[in-house]
Amino acid sequence: MKRVSQYVALVAYVVFLAFPLLWLLSTALKTPQEMALTEPTWIPREPTLANFTDAFGEQDLVGAAARSLVVALFASVITVVISLPASYAMARYRGLVNKIAIGWVLVSQVFPFILIIIPLFMILRDLDLVNTLPGLVVVHVTFTLPFALWMLQGYVRAVPPELEEAASVDGASRLRSIVSVVAPLLAPGVVATLLFSFISSWNEFMFALVILQDPDVMTLPLTLVRFTGPEGVARLGPLAAASLMATIPSLIFFAIIQRRLKSGLMAGAVKG
Amino acid sequence: MRIKSALAAAAVLTLAAACGGGGGESSSSPGAPVKLDFLSLAWQKESVAANKQIVDEWNKANPGIQVTYVQGSWDNVNDQLVTQFAGGTAPDVIHNDSPALAGFASDGYLLDLGAKLPAELKSDIPQTAWDTVTFDGGKGEQGVYGVPFLQESQVIIANKKLLDDSGVRVPAAGDPWTWDEFSAAAKKMTKGGTFGVAWPMKSPVNKTLNLALNFGGTFFQTAGGKTTVKVGPEEREVLQRIHDQLYKDKSADPAALGQGTADPLPAFYKGKFALLPTGVYLRQQVAEQAPDGFEWVTLPAPKGTSAQQGAVSQTLSIAQESEHPDEAMKFISFFLNGANQAKLAKGDWLLPTSQTAAADPAMTTKENGWDVATASAKDLVVAPFLKVNGFDEWKSKVATPALQEYFADKITLDQAATKLVEDGNKVLERYQR
Repeated sequence: MKRVSQYVALVAYVVFLAFPLLWLLSTALKTPQEMALTEPTWIPREPTLANFTDAFGEQDLVGAAARSLVVALFASVITVVISLPASYAMARYRGLVNKIAIGWVLVSQVFPFILIIIPLFMILRDLDLVNTLPGLVVVHVTFTLPFALWMLQGYVRAVPPELEEAASVDGASRLRSIVSVVAPLLAPGVVATLLFSFISSWNEFMFALVILQDPDVMTLPLTLVRFTGPEGVARLGPLAAASLMATIPSLIFFAIIQRRLKSGLMAGAVKG
Repeated sequence: MRIKSALAAAAVLTLAAACGGGGGESSSSPGAPVKLDFLSLAWQKESVAANKQIVDEWNKANPGIQVTYVQGSWDNVNDQLVTQFAGGTAPDVIHNDSPALAGFASDGYLLDLGAKLPAELKSDIPQTAWDTVTFDGGKGEQGVYGVPFLQESQVIIANKKLLDDSGVRVPAAGDPWTWDEFSAAAKKMTKGGTFGVAWPMKSPVNKTLNLALNFGGTFFQTAGGKTTVKVGPEEREVLQRIHDQLYKDKSADPAALGQGTADPLPAFYKGKFALLPTGVYLRQQVAEQAPDGFEWVTLPAPKGTSAQQGAVSQTLSIAQESEHPDEAMKFISFFLNGANQAKLAKGDWLLPTSQTAAADPAMTTKENGWDVATASAKDLVVAPFLKVNGFDEWKSKVATPALQEYFADKITLDQAATKLVEDGNKVLERYQR
């Protein structure tokens, strides 16, 4: 009975999570008339691909998705590469500098980004990075890094120092124990951070809007917004079709790396 | 492994290629064409197509001045422009609406077009439209900071069957209902679970302020160089009449009250109410979505002591920092000639400011209510709030919540008026120090 209720709860949760995606699919296949019914239908009465034709015919969705993918991949990998050693230092070394760094990471999360967008834009302009994808990668890394550091730091703290001490007793240097002992145990944390950074970058709109101006470098969120008008009025059909396509790359990315997103690697690691 | 390497290489190449993708630059090498960036906010399918077609025609006919079409978004354009103006990378030609121009003009970001406007373009657009783009440029002098090209008026979209069945007089362009007739018609159409009218009031300010001009309500007064809010008998008239339809006559559908502009349409098609006062552009959605066999007509907005409505304009401006303002002006003149304005108005289902465009058969056909919509343009005058410094904050922080509470019958008209005036004046005062 307990197992049945667990399955029911699980199915309910999956339906809850899948609802927006299914609704998006349903909307993408509807005619404008069916979208305006007072009693919405789940399964379109007269399914149509016209919304997909319009979306792909009017906008360069494939090119925009490719650019978003490149930006998100670079931003997430660079974020992890920087935050991994930094989070180790933050977790393992105690000192004034460390406390200030942690405080700064927290404070940085409080700033509304709209406050810093103009100075940031000026800096990028001086570096000749406005209207370029590397410029956007730099910005995404900068803004994802504090939270990524905070996330990874928690994972590093969860690795018992005793494991490193044991490696040290066996003759391993500090670097060796980090590379061979700590790093493998941080895999789930690295994957979670990678996912967080990827999704943040993939979805990011405001910085991209300000930094990218040339149609040839625009990312997916900037392309999707072209189906919306003033005061919340939107072309729902093409928007749903384009949004549906926009979720696919991140779903694939998640499917590829979610296998490594498991915990419990350290269970019993320091039992006497 | 090979696939991973190939993907990585492709990514690096793409990123590297993008490094050189700087846009917005103006060519300065001799013989090279002048390059202009045109930020457009068109979003409807037909409108985007019309914009692209006109830009293509220009580029073919003018190899020496090449325009890059850049699509923006209404909801974010001002955040985008603030940053790009400050950073010196704004597009040369900018599509926006007239309320946004005042701030950018007084900050010195927009070029005064007064001396550059070709006579033909200037005379084709009536002075009332030019008034919507004439602002203080920050040095105490009035300047023209955009070319107005599309305007929105209020009309009533009606369910033809319910309208005909009610037996009320059907208003026509030039012979609209008075507000009394409108209220009586809405009452007559209210029966058997059907309401006469629906007022979606999620964003009540612009609609009520524009209609308030029917009774001379301006909501703002300026004396001694100081602008304050006023809510006298003229301003209260339309507010009270809408409130009466909701709670006294009970002829307005209460379900629509909290909805956005387009939200009541499904209920409209279902026959839940007969009349929908709205902007002319909503006809596009009705034409596209209405179920087969559903008949609808466009009626003029009701009149009070006059049929005047407040209006703002969509505009094309030139950035002050543009390196090629003369070429940009030439492009605007072409883009907004009579024939092109008709295409743009048709694409966006709005009213052209060009008198040549307004005479185009596409703008005067009975189909989809174009005749009534275009005729309403003559009643448009500059919205009184257009030149009020601090209007946006008054609108979002004071007027929207106060009017929403009033139309939800949570406060009286006197209480709403007090909020609009007292809280409103505090807001405006900060902008006039």
